[in-house]
Amino acid sequence: MQPFRRKRGQYVAEFTADEAQVVRDLIDQLRILLDRRRDDAPVDPLAELTGISAGPAVAPEDPALARLLPDFHADDAELSAGLRQLREPELLALKDSAAAVLLDTLPVQGGEVRLDEQQAEQWMRALNDLRLVLAERLHLADDPHSAESGAEPAVLHQDPTGHARALYQIYGWLSAVLESLATA
Amino acid sequence: MSSPVPTAEPGTREATGTLTDEQVEPDTPWVAIVWNDPVNLMSYVTHIFVTVLGHPKKLAEKLMLDVHHKGRASVSTGSREKVEGDVLKLQAAGLWATMQQDR
Repeated sequence: MQPFRRKRGQYVAEFTADEAQVVRDLIDQLRILLDRRRDDAPVDPLAELTGISAGPAVAPEDPALARLLPDFHADDAELSAGLRQLREPELLALKDSAAAVLLDTLPVQGGEVRLDEQQAEQWMRALNDLRLVLAERLHLADDPHSAESGAEPAVLHQDPTGHARALYQIYGWLSAVLESLATA
Repeated sequence: MSSPVPTAEPGTREATGTLTDEQVEPDTPWVAIVWNDPVNLMSYVTHIFVTVLGHPKKLAEKLMLDVHHKGRASVSTGSREKVEGDVLKLQAAGLWATMQQDR
C-alpha cells in the first residue's frame, strides 16, 4: 500500500491485489446492505408513474444501517418520519453511487489508483461508510474511550475465532487510507 | 457562508396537539447540528465542513473541535429548505447530522 498523495491535481495511491480485494468485497457488502434497505420501501403505485419513490417512515433496525441513515430531527419523531420518507431514497442513491465510483476506479488486481477531485470525494464517502459499518459490527460506539484513544476495543477480548480482530485491523487500515485522502 | 440568513419563508410545521410545546415563530431559522461520534476522523469532518458547507478552513476546524469537545455544534443555518439540504449532504458524507428550529 502506498497511501494517497496529491500529484498534479490528482490523488494517487497503490493497492496490492489483496488490499483491493478486501475493499471491493466490503463495498459489495455495503451495496447489498443499501439494496436490502431499498426493498423496505413501501410499494407505491404513484412511484411507477412519477419515478419518485417514497422511503420507509421508520429507522432501520440494523444498527449499522441506522447509523448510515440517521433521523433528520433528534426528538421530533413525526418530522423525522416525514423527512425519511421524502429523503431516504436520495440518501441511499448517493451512498450507492459513491460505492460504485470506488468499484469503478479500484482495479480488481490492485495497482495504481488515480483519482480526480470528484472521484476522491466519492472515495472518501464510501471508505467512511465502510468504517461506520465496521465500527457498528465491532461495537466501537459502545466503547468510545477505546475508539478515540486507539486502545483495543472490548470486543477483541472475547474473540476465539479472531474474526473481530481481523475486522478491527481492516478498520484501522481503512482509517489510514481515508486520512491520507482527507489530508492530501 | 457562516452568517445566518433568516428568511421570510412561512413555517411548514403543522400545528398539532402533540406539538403544542413548539410554539415558535414561523420564520425562526433552522440549524443543522452535527453530533460527536467516536468513529469519524477529525481530518475528514473538517474536510467535509469545507467542501460541503463552504466554510473557510479555520471555521471548519473550530466547528470540528466544538463537535469533538462539546458533543455537538451548529454548522449551518437558514431556511428549512437550505438546512434540510445541508443535513442530507452531511448524512450522505456519513456525519451524524440533524436539523432543528433555532430557539
